[in-house]
Amino acid sequence: MISLVTDSQWISFDWSALGQNFWSVTFDGLTFGAIYALVALGYTLVYGVLNLINFAHSEVFIAGAYACIFTLTALGFGPSPLDFPLIELIGCLVLACLAAMAASAAVAFVLERVAYKPLRARNGSRLAFLITAIGASFAIQYLIYLWRGATAEPAVIMFIPSPVFTVFGTTVDSMQILIVVAAVTMMVVTDQFVRRTRLGRGIRAVAQDPDTATLMGVDRERIIVVTFIIGGVLAGAAALFYVMKVPSGVIYNGGFILGIKAFTAAVLGGIGNIRGALVGGLLLGLIGNYGQILLGDSQWTDVVSFVVLVLILMVRPTGLLGSDLGTARA
Amino acid sequence: MHHPIKLAAIAGSLALAVTACGTASTDKGSAASNDLKSLPAQTSIDVPADAANPAGDGKATCPANTTVAYIGAQTGPNAQLGINIYNGAQLAIDQHNKANPGCQVKFKKFDTEGDPNKATGPVTQATKEADIIGVVGLPFSGESKATGNIFEQVGLVHITPSATNPDLTKNGWTTFFRALGNDNVQGPAAAALAEKLGAKKVYVVQDDSDYGIGLSGTAQKALGSRLAGTDKVTTGQKDFSAVISKIINAKPDVVFYSGYYAEAAPFDQQLVSKGYKGGFIGPDGVKDDQFLKLAGSASNNAYFTCPCLPGELIPDFAAAYKSAFNAEPGTYSVEAYDAMTILLTGIDAGNTTREKLKTYVAGYDGQGLSKHFKWDETGELATSTVYGYKVDNGKIVSVGTIG
Repeated sequence: MISLVTDSQWISFDWSALGQNFWSVTFDGLTFGAIYALVALGYTLVYGVLNLINFAHSEVFIAGAYACIFTLTALGFGPSPLDFPLIELIGCLVLACLAAMAASAAVAFVLERVAYKPLRARNGSRLAFLITAIGASFAIQYLIYLWRGATAEPAVIMFIPSPVFTVFGTTVDSMQILIVVAAVTMMVVTDQFVRRTRLGRGIRAVAQDPDTATLMGVDRERIIVVTFIIGGVLAGAAALFYVMKVPSGVIYNGGFILGIKAFTAAVLGGIGNIRGALVGGLLLGLIGNYGQILLGDSQWTDVVSFVVLVLILMVRPTGLLGSDLGTARA
Repeated sequence: MHHPIKLAAIAGSLALAVTACGTASTDKGSAASNDLKSLPAQTSIDVPADAANPAGDGKATCPANTTVAYIGAQTGPNAQLGINIYNGAQLAIDQHNKANPGCQVKFKKFDTEGDPNKATGPVTQATKEADIIGVVGLPFSGESKATGNIFEQVGLVHITPSATNPDLTKNGWTTFFRALGNDNVQGPAAAALAEKLGAKKVYVVQDDSDYGIGLSGTAQKALGSRLAGTDKVTTGQKDFSAVISKIINAKPDVVFYSGYYAEAAPFDQQLVSKGYKGGFIGPDGVKDDQFLKLAGSASNNAYFTCPCLPGELIPDFAAAYKSAFNAEPGTYSVEAYDAMTILLTGIDAGNTTREKLKTYVAGYDGQGLSKHFKWDETGELATSTVYGYKVDNGKIVSVGTIG
């Protein structure tokens, strides 16, 4: 152990623990990073189109997590792992995923219509939008609190991960592969969608210059709704993976810290930049986990993440990959 | 706008299907395939013949307004422990009032939700009601710490059936009495339980509460060279993967979790999911049916320490409790029954003011169902016992006294 503050045990770096656990922590960090990245996309897309930081996106995410838990509970899943045949298990997971996506997309849609559209119609200031976002976040959070109470939902175990292969003496399990592969696939699809399709072109046009885009015949309102819904769908998928990884993490304020982390990931990679969200998410997952092992206390995960954010923004104020959805090229 | 949703959904399900197919052999995470010794469940307990009986001789008389109270959680995340306690107290009152027509003691309940920030209100209210001359509570260490001074100022005696933080008796309070052993006893008992299980390496994880930190310290000291490593988690933490990586690498036989069940349950469950085969020991803050409910089959590897007596093994008490509340006695029901019995015998002996009842409790020396009660000047018991518990067929059962 190397002590930073010599006269006390306040901060000490446990390099041997990091060395011993480096790879297992790396794989777990990437898994979490993939989840952050999916949620980060929601922040980034909405920011790109509206220049609005949608702080209520964390509640869009947690709505998906509740839908996922309810669906799986109804299908008979619970705190003890079940012996489902593989095909049935996949069917159940897909169903839960669709339910989560639908719930998150619905919340995102309603949020846009109820909270943000009236402000746009009245030409609200950016500050008004921001405060509305924070207010909406708390409103949804405490609605869930009234409904479900202060306790976490009982855990839902989807499956016990089985080891798939071993690298550097560390086992990589099926859950880690599933989450990372599925999340990255969805991000690539989103990226291609924005770059190649007509609607995607509309999103880019509105991001670049909303007024000119409207003059060119782009239906701005429609683009905004689509953007919120895409963000919701991705948050729903993230919710499924989150419940898979942290089965007992569904509580009324369970989206808050994860939302802040995802927002950080978006800023880290360059807000408004889709590929930046992926890079930022994965990086943040890794940094948090390394920091925790190095400093030997779970309380450090968040501290380390945000210190790194500040450091990177000092050097690159627009994030690692720069922040522009509008100039993304096909 | 249908397009993106469909695309994303299809991509997602494809990825799900592809990776899931590669892992067809889903391990069921069978628990308890470790080398730990199995401890037989305790089936009976020596019930002391001379235990104080709340019924007394049936000839007691007292003023009609004589009132005692329970102050503690009735609602909130930790409500179950409060229910166990006030039911135990209620049982003693019912037996007393039924046998003593000349002394009908009233029983009032005040809800703190187990939260130190909310406890001062109900405690202040109770101390202002002059008829209340004795209290059973408060159940938790945090709220006891926050409210001890209020009791002290008005000289209202209160016996906690469950708060175990050792520092509570170091405040110079003359009204605070603890009806069980504290964590200076429970920490070494956890080490003794690990030893009984044949564990050579024990990993200690603590949360950030006063209770968790204090208990972890005494347990680590008692473990000595058998300590395989330590780690810290925070209240409300949901994901424990980094801590679990370290534990899996350290290959301990047993993990001791010093904290409450809200974090212990997901922690144990994620530990087992990651392929951990060893045992899991939790203290009285984890010993709760909620732990089993939240952790599911992962909890099959769990053992507990608790300075509480398995009330279900005292036939008369268990039967009376069951017929009154239609439930098995829970953690600390017996301790609460004993605590209330002490207050009632004091009242029956004519101590019907706050001042007299406090003096009576301070000088009390008698046998209860759970243990012998005689306090030192700080309110700490002279002797105390810690019981070990294990999970057996989805129920928490006693394995007898340890340490």
